[in-house]
Amino acid sequence: MADNKRELINSLQKNILQWEGYKPPSLSERKLFGLNTIEANFPNGIFPIRAVHELVCDNTEQATASSGFISGLLSVLMQNSGACLWISLSGNMYPVALRSFEVEPDRIIFIQLKKDKDVLWAMEEALKCAGLTAVVGELSEVDFKQSRRLQLAVEQSGVTGFILRNRSNKMGSTACAARWHVKPLASEAIDGLPGLGFPRWQVELLRVRNGKPGNWVVEWSDTGFTPILKEQLEHQIQKVG
Amino acid sequence: MQKRYMVIWFRHLTTDWLTLRKPELKDVPFAFVAPERNRIIITAANPIAEAQGIYRGMAAADAKAITTNLQVVDHLPGKEAKLLKQLGLWCIRYTPIVAVDLPDSLILDISGCAHLWKDERGYLKEIVNKLRSSGYNARAAIADTIGAAWAISHYGKITPIVGSGEQAQALLNLPPIALRLEDAVLQKQQKLGFATIKSFMQIPRTVLRRRFGDGFLLRLAQALGVEDEHLVPLIPPIPNTERLPCLEPVRTAKAIEIAITKLLESLCVRLQSEGKGIRKATLKCYRIDGKMVHAKISTNRGSHSVSHLFKLFELQINKIEPALGIELFLMEATKVEDIDPLQEKLWADKPGLQDTALAELLDKLAGKIGAKAIYRYLPSENYWPERAIKQTSSLTDVPTTKWRNDRPRPLRLLQHPEPVEVMALLPDYPPKVFTYKGKRHIVEKADGPERIEREWWQDKGVHRDYYAIEDAEGQRYWLFRSGHYDAAPQWYLHGFFA
Repeated sequence: MADNKRELINSLQKNILQWEGYKPPSLSERKLFGLNTIEANFPNGIFPIRAVHELVCDNTEQATASSGFISGLLSVLMQNSGACLWISLSGNMYPVALRSFEVEPDRIIFIQLKKDKDVLWAMEEALKCAGLTAVVGELSEVDFKQSRRLQLAVEQSGVTGFILRNRSNKMGSTACAARWHVKPLASEAIDGLPGLGFPRWQVELLRVRNGKPGNWVVEWSDTGFTPILKEQLEHQIQKVG
Repeated sequence: MQKRYMVIWFRHLTTDWLTLRKPELKDVPFAFVAPERNRIIITAANPIAEAQGIYRGMAAADAKAITTNLQVVDHLPGKEAKLLKQLGLWCIRYTPIVAVDLPDSLILDISGCAHLWKDERGYLKEIVNKLRSSGYNARAAIADTIGAAWAISHYGKITPIVGSGEQAQALLNLPPIALRLEDAVLQKQQKLGFATIKSFMQIPRTVLRRRFGDGFLLRLAQALGVEDEHLVPLIPPIPNTERLPCLEPVRTAKAIEIAITKLLESLCVRLQSEGKGIRKATLKCYRIDGKMVHAKISTNRGSHSVSHLFKLFELQINKIEPALGIELFLMEATKVEDIDPLQEKLWADKPGLQDTALAELLDKLAGKIGAKAIYRYLPSENYWPERAIKQTSSLTDVPTTKWRNDRPRPLRLLQHPEPVEVMALLPDYPPKVFTYKGKRHIVEKADGPERIEREWWQDKGVHRDYYAIEDAEGQRYWLFRSGHYDAAPQWYLHGFFA
């Protein structure tokens, strides 16, 4: 009896997702980012590709960490020679470094604009274009209505959208599928050698539509994303101490 | 198709113009004068002066003796050419090919244009009436050849329209001067008593050549349509052009939209059959106040898709100011290129940068925010960080060299390095503490230095020693020391690592 009820609730939840416009990606479409523990927190356990993700950050350091996290995701999304549009206000992305995130920098088209309004317009137009794989927009303010427009555009075209919000004053609700907060963390020395290790971040999933928020430590190493488990962290701290 | 030409003769071109500028001269006899061989000669006289017996080439002193109240104005060199050019540009609304024939005529190639005004009579009436109502005394004639039209417009007395193939008949009773002959030839003919063209029409060509030379025969042949005569159009016609004259002047955005769609439809069908696509196009709108407004678009790849090109123009419709109304639309494809028909897609895969939808999207964005704001980066073989990349606006450029990733490079690079305060344990050590924008960062880990020398053939200055640095909070920076450490060097922050 209890199982029946659970099945019923599961199927109802799936229906609600579909009515809200979130199509579950088919298995062929499913991309593996190597973020198993994080992906499990999304509905159906699949990282939503046909959606707009929102990354909030407080300063340039965090914005850079978020860009690194996005680049890591792009490397998987752009695997089959896809193209990406990177719309920014600052225009200080350095494409050489993208290569270390396994992204072909010459397949990214950069657009530099001056106003949030223009970024939103360009982003909406770009998200409607099925010829793109992903669109990244750097801006500071976005309200619910605007994010809803972006989400509707994405549902038609299947493009993945990332909004990078730096130093935003208001943190109201948006229609984005997920809200992330990526902070840089001290890196772990490789094989005990001095110097910097692989970039390591504190990845926080503040909000997920129909999923569970969470908090993880992720490293970008030679093999891609590597979630660092709590035991490993404790072990490392003990070693240092 | 039989060519048809129209010649418009402005009898009093410069005097009409001055009367328009100075209405007080309307009822006064006046003339333009210019010095010639130490005499002041009349170069043009207005109709009132002409009625009193003043003609071109007369000495000004004689003219003043005939008409005591004659006003004299200095001749303006080059004025005729300027006026004719303006009038010619105005005439473009009736035909695309207009040529100036100095000193006082315009030649229009009207083949296939007259039916828009029902027939040639209506067409001619429309132009002449418009010119006359704007103050220019114009006479016009239409014929198969430029020579015949010129002759009839200047000397014809019966009808201004010569039917197709009837030019020989129409010329018979005109004086030889109607054939645009040189003065020497005309004088000879006068001596011989040739008062009309029909008096020498039947004479064998060999005889005429011996008497009057080749130039005369050429003019006669041109007037009869045996020899071709070429025009030098005021505006060279662009091969891919579409015109849309409006019955009523339009001024609403919707009407402009309809006009653009119609023009694009006819242009694109033609281009598609030729296997070409538009790279650049201009929409010219001729308004009834005589001004012209235009909108330009350009595309990344040749396109003959009406809907896409329309979207590009749609962004610019609000920039088109119709004022009192637009009476003619002109769509010019100023740059076209061959396009390869796309191969049918077998798999629904994402084709990357060569995707048509992407090219169309970028055209649209460029239409609003400007093409300069959109760019890609390609690697460049330089170690100096700022020059290791180069911008390109093309979608088809491919990297000529590999992207290097053997050295740590920051994900964000400041365009101008920002100075920071630094404390290092030893001068050549990485910093222990640095202050950036008033915040102290204690350095936990550091990599470096990586020395990058300046490219001496490009600019002068000192080298940079770069350090990758991680502070206590785990934030990673790219700092450099400018120059050697022994001469109190300045430290800069140049980038942020992810």
